[in-house]
Amino acid sequence: MKLGLVIDTDTCVGCHACVVACKQWNTSGTLGPLTDYQPYGKEPSGVAFNRVRTYEVDTYPNNKTINMPMSCMHCETADCVTVCPTGASFKRAEDGIVLVDQDKCMGCNLCAWACPYGARELDEAVGTMKKCTLCVDRIYDEQLPEAERQPACVITCPTSARTFGDLDDPDSQVSRLVRERNGYQSMPELGYNPVNHYLPPRHKPHAETTPGASLPSLTERFKSWLDKAVVR
Amino acid sequence: MKNKVLQMLFAPNGAAPSAEAAAAQELPSFEDHSAQEKRHTTCYMCACRCGIEVTVEDNQVRFIRGNPDHPINKGVLCAKGNAGIMKQMSPAKLRNPLMRKPGTERGEGEFVEVSWDEALEHLTERLREIRATDPKKLAFFTGRDQMQALTGLWAQQFGTINWAAHGGFCSVNMAAAGLYSIGQSFWEFGDPDWDRAKYFMLWGVAEDHASNPIKIGIEKLKRRGAKFVAVNPVRTGYQAVADEWVPIRPGTDGMLALAMCHVLLSRDLVDWDYLGRYTNAPFLVIDNPGQGDDGLIARDDEDQPLVFDAASGTFVDGMTPGVQAALFGEYTLPAGRRTRTVMSLIAEKYLDPQYAPEKAAEVCGLPAETIERLALEMAHVAFKETIEIECEWTDWAGRKHDRFIGRPVAMHAMRGISAHSNGFQTCRALHLLQVFLGTIDVPGGHRAKAPFPRHTPPPIKPARDTAPNTPLSAPPLGFPTSPEDLVVDAQGRPLRIDKAYSWEAPLANHGLMHMVITNAVNGDPYPIDTLILFMANMAWNSTMNTNSVQDMLRAKDEEGNYKLPFLVVVDAFHSETVNFADLVLPDTTYLERHDAISMLDRPISEPDSPCDSVRVPVLEPDRNVRPWQEVLVDLAGRLGFPAFVDEQGQPKYEGYTDFITRWEKAPGVGFLAGWRGENGDQHMRGAPNPNQWERYKENGGFFQYHLPEHMRFYRFANRDYLEWAKEVGFNPSSKPIVMELYSEVLQKFRLAGQGLYDGPLPPESVDRERLVHYFDPLPQYYVPLEEQRVDAKRYPFHAINQRPMHMYHSWDSQNAWLRQITAQNYLFMNRGRGERLGIEDKSWVWVESHNGRIRAQVKLMEGCQEDTVWTWNAIGKQSGAWGLSPDAPESKRGFLMNHLISELLPAADDERRLTNSDPVTGQAAWYDLQVSITPAEPEEAGSSWPHFDTVKPLPGAPTPPDQLRYQTHEAVPLRRSFLDIIKRR
Repeated sequence: MKLGLVIDTDTCVGCHACVVACKQWNTSGTLGPLTDYQPYGKEPSGVAFNRVRTYEVDTYPNNKTINMPMSCMHCETADCVTVCPTGASFKRAEDGIVLVDQDKCMGCNLCAWACPYGARELDEAVGTMKKCTLCVDRIYDEQLPEAERQPACVITCPTSARTFGDLDDPDSQVSRLVRERNGYQSMPELGYNPVNHYLPPRHKPHAETTPGASLPSLTERFKSWLDKAVVR
Repeated sequence: MKNKVLQMLFAPNGAAPSAEAAAAQELPSFEDHSAQEKRHTTCYMCACRCGIEVTVEDNQVRFIRGNPDHPINKGVLCAKGNAGIMKQMSPAKLRNPLMRKPGTERGEGEFVEVSWDEALEHLTERLREIRATDPKKLAFFTGRDQMQALTGLWAQQFGTINWAAHGGFCSVNMAAAGLYSIGQSFWEFGDPDWDRAKYFMLWGVAEDHASNPIKIGIEKLKRRGAKFVAVNPVRTGYQAVADEWVPIRPGTDGMLALAMCHVLLSRDLVDWDYLGRYTNAPFLVIDNPGQGDDGLIARDDEDQPLVFDAASGTFVDGMTPGVQAALFGEYTLPAGRRTRTVMSLIAEKYLDPQYAPEKAAEVCGLPAETIERLALEMAHVAFKETIEIECEWTDWAGRKHDRFIGRPVAMHAMRGISAHSNGFQTCRALHLLQVFLGTIDVPGGHRAKAPFPRHTPPPIKPARDTAPNTPLSAPPLGFPTSPEDLVVDAQGRPLRIDKAYSWEAPLANHGLMHMVITNAVNGDPYPIDTLILFMANMAWNSTMNTNSVQDMLRAKDEEGNYKLPFLVVVDAFHSETVNFADLVLPDTTYLERHDAISMLDRPISEPDSPCDSVRVPVLEPDRNVRPWQEVLVDLAGRLGFPAFVDEQGQPKYEGYTDFITRWEKAPGVGFLAGWRGENGDQHMRGAPNPNQWERYKENGGFFQYHLPEHMRFYRFANRDYLEWAKEVGFNPSSKPIVMELYSEVLQKFRLAGQGLYDGPLPPESVDRERLVHYFDPLPQYYVPLEEQRVDAKRYPFHAINQRPMHMYHSWDSQNAWLRQITAQNYLFMNRGRGERLGIEDKSWVWVESHNGRIRAQVKLMEGCQEDTVWTWNAIGKQSGAWGLSPDAPESKRGFLMNHLISELLPAADDERRLTNSDPVTGQAAWYDLQVSITPAEPEEAGSSWPHFDTVKPLPGAPTPPDQLRYQTHEAVPLRRSFLDIIKRR
């Protein structure tokens, strides 16, 4: 299994629902709590596994705004795992989820340096590295109704821009989306082979115009209407 | 359990099971579900009112998710809804009733804690005295509340006309224009047909509006390949995913819509049958310039509108089924009066070159070709991609139809349209465009949501007269249809403190909350005694001219008494306004209370289904707070309001939930429509059910009534629907709802302005001029009022604002998770324009208007119309408020645009000061602001201006923590076995 996310930039409006859903689930989840620093102070920040980055493409008035939620890509060639000196970082053989064993992590930051996607988050309060678990504490929880065994970011997304599934299975919804919508990996040239994929904006729908009737003048137009009556 | 987990983790796995089996087996049990409880209630992180399922563990929230069965959000939830935990954790939560400390001045922020008994006895005595002498000396204004049916009833029973909610500074233009034109509107009144529309135009919708419903809808449209066009000066939020962005100059949308009408007319692309049958297009308008009947609809002896019957060549009642009504032409009535059809007037007006795309291009800052193309694209979808739903239905005249014809062009609009002083007419222009295309309440178009459509306008008139100890004879708010309905005295002077329904704002259907403090302090039209503000930050981001308003709240008369004698602030949080209170009544959070989200109020219905819902407490408050609705019912009993006491004068209701269960607006009609009748087996209408709240709880906290298919479209003329709507109490009559493209109501006011009306006339010339200019019975475009009065060369930029998608007004800066996303607002401007002015990204500038100046930090962006600057408003905070530390970026670097916006228009010679509002509805003209931008000096960079004194902490307020580590249970770790490390290195 190769579990991961497919994220649709055609419908992502950058609303941060996924960001906060992730935060609220995971702060009481297996890696919780996710510390918040200066929550009411000068420089509020905190541990977050998922962040939205917003870009503008092209220039006014042809500009387009693109929102890219970014979290761990659960790379197939995960350097963050290879560089870990303690074995705390690992990629599960069963499903490919990249995790950090908090008891073995010494907070050395090497994995954060290795990750080009900025997915690693050092919890300074405890000195360990944390990151997206793909909600491993939801997706296998058989006490949750089946429809809920999804990452928190996926169930909450108001524009259904996030889909979770097995990218190893060609018949899965995620694999189909990648095929049908030309899904792509972020920065594939770096060679980490991310499991997560993004869907590009759809082509603009073709909109036809209807010319309507043309008449030489407005007087003619009025004349043409003079006998117009409708049944009440 | 923990030991078991550990055992499992360290179990030798030499004979490893298959990978798949291992995945399920080796995981510990992360959650103890038996220690958790799931409760369904309604979100209140914004105004959408999504259904939520709250998982509670040890009186703490483990997780909030969208309720998948709920009609509004269908399981999804936005960033705000997901951050409910941190709303609950806010250090700004009020904890106790507070009174201003004796001997201290208002606004100093010195308070003493008092008991609820003391607070309520004190307030009751004061209110009793006001009620027994002059009830209108109590003004009661509410903010973003969702209980206007209750607060309005309370005010009516108190006997004060000085009540309104926040609609006057929110979006009354939209509501009023819709209700006076098509019997519904955007927002709570109607929705795009997300499931069928093939073309969608979004006008002036800020990021923070209609959160989840719009997001769900836009995704549906895009999945189906519908085209999405966004008309907005700023490309953020929803506009980001639009297929086409139309960067319009602010305040000119009316011109754009009317130019599109011009294109449709000139190409004969109009749904004539729809117009002729369902609107007043064929009605005859009297053409008698200079006389009192000029512009009124010609009527027969029964007061029915006349049309010219082309079949018989006679004038007949326009509501006669089957009449062949002429759409165009001039006709002379038997009595000799000349008339023209409404449609003739429409065609003449909008075919005029002043509404041609070339003309609109100059006004709107858009290419004429774009305007024309967009109109023709919509026409193509409406007329060449028509959809049909086969379904037998009966129209108002009893005629059977075998299908619903759908014109799949949908629109939505919000504050970008309404928060201008021309917004009423702009919104009417949008409706005209929708009607031309035949899209109102048809498949694929814009569909009403119950209790809408209503008659144009609903037959409710605002109360005028007040008397001691006497309830009002009508609700404080209603829908005037002629100058006789104004709330003015015999001399034409305003009777309401906000001057709603006066000549200055005749159709002020939601009041003018933004004028209350200014008028009360100026004693204009009269001084009041007590102002109760609920959930409205009127000393900060919800007021115009913040600095001056704070001064007004502190202002004293010559005898040293406050000009506004007593200010009661009801809120759950330590806002800037709390700081100015004489009495603070602390409300609960949304997770700690009961609420009824009623169809009598701001409905949450869907187009196919009337809906309502409840809030139920999921947490026990840990503070000495009470839900405001509970306090209102309590006060109503103490004050002996007739509707709230029995024959002995004793309180009739045990509390809010009891009131909601038993109170009836009309027999069988109450706040909640579900599970009525003694046994709970009746819906929409039925006797009170003592177990109604239980039934809501059992059903996920909401009620949804599914309309049969034949009652889902064309409801303005759908007999079965209209009869049912009357039966359940939505409308007092089952007569068809005629869409008023031409507004006779507006014409009556215009006649009054011309001095021709046979009835009350405005005494002052400025009002007469405004009525003549702005009360065009057909939608019109005019330059917004502030822009008319300031020097465009001196103030060349339009300044507008919105909230980010993840924040709702001032509420979310206290939210530890949301302020990590945005803790400072910037002044955004077009990159090219900024660079030409020598303004660098992240530099500091002075922003100046006719009302003052502020210093702000700039961000340059592509997605901003060139003549526009904008910001995330309401992030700027007064230092110390909202539980934030005094050095928080919200107060040091963030800023409010409100300082630049005056509640009054720039002064003119020989004229009283006029409200900065729409002259028709009194809608606050937030977005009319015109500013200049100049670089700040280098030494001025780094902080915003003006600065305010730091608000003092309240008694008993907790010290906000330096670090938060929220969790509801200790984490169950997931460990990697040493064997795995050894085997897979």
